[in-house]
Amino acid sequence: MGTIALVGNPNSGKTTLFNALTGSNQHVGNWPGVTVEKKEGKFKYNGNIYNIVDLPGTYSLGAFSEDEIVARDFILRGNSDVVINVVDATNIERNLYLTTQLLEMGVKVIIALNMIDEAKAKNIQLGIKALSKKLGVPVVPTVASKRKGIDELIKETVGLIDEKMSLKPTISYGDKIDGEIKSIKGFLAGKTLEYPPRWIAIKLIEGDQYVHDLVTEDKDLDSDNEFRDILSRIKENDEDYELEIVNRRYEFVKDVTKASVIRPKEAVKTITDKMDKILIHKYFGLPIFILIMFAMFQLTFVIGEDLLGEMMVTVMDALAYAIEIFLININSPAWIIAFTTEGLIGGIGAIIEFIPLIVVLYMLLGILEDSGYMARAAYIMDNIMRKLGLQGKTFISMIVGFGCNVPGVMATRTLESKKDRMIAILINPFMSCGAKLLIYLVFIAAFFPDSGGLVLFIMYFTGILVALIMGKVFSKTLFKGESADFIMELPPYRKPTLRNVLRNIWDNVSEFLKRAGTIIFAVVAILWVMAVLPVGVEPYGAESVLGKIGLFIAPIFKPAGFGTWQAAVGLFSGIAAKEAVVTTLGMVYAGVGEGTELISAIQNAFTPLTSISFMIMTLLYTPCAATIATIKKETNSVKWAIFAMVYTFAIGWVMAVLIFQIGRLLGFN
Amino acid sequence: MNVSLAQLKSGEKGRVERIHARRCAARRLYEMGFNIGADFEVVKNDMGPVIVSLFGNNIAVGRCLAQKIIVKQSN
Repeated sequence: MGTIALVGNPNSGKTTLFNALTGSNQHVGNWPGVTVEKKEGKFKYNGNIYNIVDLPGTYSLGAFSEDEIVARDFILRGNSDVVINVVDATNIERNLYLTTQLLEMGVKVIIALNMIDEAKAKNIQLGIKALSKKLGVPVVPTVASKRKGIDELIKETVGLIDEKMSLKPTISYGDKIDGEIKSIKGFLAGKTLEYPPRWIAIKLIEGDQYVHDLVTEDKDLDSDNEFRDILSRIKENDEDYELEIVNRRYEFVKDVTKASVIRPKEAVKTITDKMDKILIHKYFGLPIFILIMFAMFQLTFVIGEDLLGEMMVTVMDALAYAIEIFLININSPAWIIAFTTEGLIGGIGAIIEFIPLIVVLYMLLGILEDSGYMARAAYIMDNIMRKLGLQGKTFISMIVGFGCNVPGVMATRTLESKKDRMIAILINPFMSCGAKLLIYLVFIAAFFPDSGGLVLFIMYFTGILVALIMGKVFSKTLFKGESADFIMELPPYRKPTLRNVLRNIWDNVSEFLKRAGTIIFAVVAILWVMAVLPVGVEPYGAESVLGKIGLFIAPIFKPAGFGTWQAAVGLFSGIAAKEAVVTTLGMVYAGVGEGTELISAIQNAFTPLTSISFMIMTLLYTPCAATIATIKKETNSVKWAIFAMVYTFAIGWVMAVLIFQIGRLLGFN
Repeated sequence: MNVSLAQLKSGEKGRVERIHARRCAARRLYEMGFNIGADFEVVKNDMGPVIVSLFGNNIAVGRCLAQKIIVKQSN
């Protein structure tokens, strides 16, 4: 038994290694910042089971970002017996920077020198033994994506659990700092410490707040004037000390690589360089990006919604019918039949019919991320986005939002600054999601059968426009301040592995089902209950609870041209799930959820102008409950979730009213 | 001659001299390999962030930040 921790840079293949070791479900992103939470799994060796934890990918183990702190704390708390440090063999010089910090933490370390196949392709020669000797830890070459070296790695790692801790090389930080370290160690002598004394000393000198607090908690140290003198001296020199420590670490790395790594004189030009010449070309880059995005959405909607989604609808209908027959045959009361087929199955159906779209979306997104293209997309968009007070990574979350706002909001995790993140979250609902598409399609069929493409384009474009404008507004008002600087690795283009893509789909779809699924189901079921109560009333009629709510709120929508209780009910149901708007409109107008009767009902209840103002309303107003719940979770605040609900409604209303009133003035109907 | 990274053109090589950015930004740069004395080559600098090759691996640095990285040109 034992626990192994995996630590390493983003893009070092850490998660691919984790997948290879555990066969469990993990996501591999070639785009830095994707693995934010640690993930756990198990593997078996020689009849024993070992736990393995994939810590967030970080470039350093300081205390200045959430990722670092999670990784660092896990290691320091002694939660693992051995730490596998995954090092990208094509990028050793930088990867070892983290290793130097790891070596000071007093834990057992083994290095998985990954991607040695790529290093070979670049003519980089690696002396494994020399590397191991200089670092004082075992080094195992691996190619995680092809499962090479894994057995050797496991064998050595497990062996390390029972071995004594090896002596690690000590990095000299120069006379001044080494002197400070020595004095601090003197003060720490004789105390029982959670962490190695040298490490504590180095962290104090680096200005690590966490360690500082820890140390000053100790009454003896806190009251010792000499010790406090040291602390204030450190504070005075903190910037210089930090810089010196960084430099010394890199010098140590240089010393290590001089003895073990030989690079060719001229860097080998790889496929990545050739592809980037076109993909991030000054003039062609953006159009290519737009084309790729367009292709992605076409595929998502054609395969996900049209093909498979429709299949799901048919399946659910058949299921509902079969259950209905069954219940009739066992003489169930009418209300149970209705509740089961319309309420329950309706609720479940709302989610299931959407799953194919989510699956295809995540598959395509996963391929784009794993290949490394997403990083290029952020780079291409950064310039334009900066002019709007936003940044490149914001655009990526917007793209995801076009499939569904729930993953869209979650995709904002890669944004480091609070300002960027909050703005990205708040504007995501304006990205017209897959469910809203269903609404447009019905209205297009009713009023604009020949110009469907144009109408759709207008809707999506308006969504983006409003999002960017509101983004700019927020960046000047609520969230003033600088966007985070753009620093991003552009990893080599890599072929996505089937295993990783499938795991990514599985991970994300299950998370979607857990979060969104339960909410959508609950809310759709509640809506159904409201539609059929009080008992005996005509379902979805004006007398039902739902109808009464509709009557109450309808007047608000008069200036927008759809002040009917039915339209109000439709919009109200959209807070459960946007798909529900269409089915609810159908039920209140025509007693059916879909089909030609629905379309004629829409044609009778709306006009071309009011259909547009209504579509604009659905595009912009309050997002669905699942999105709101995700916003609440990601912002950790009920206040912002409510704000999101209210301000989007306001914007939707204003735009709908404007469209209707101006349209009428211009003589349209 | 000392210039900022933002001023270098594609193909030009240099060495990092100083970083005048806020500590958190500087820290990020150090972690990514932009420490004092690091040798690099500019891959692309014609739109927005500067793409730099450090030990054969590409990193994009926003213009604003690139202007604060003082470098010594080597070719």
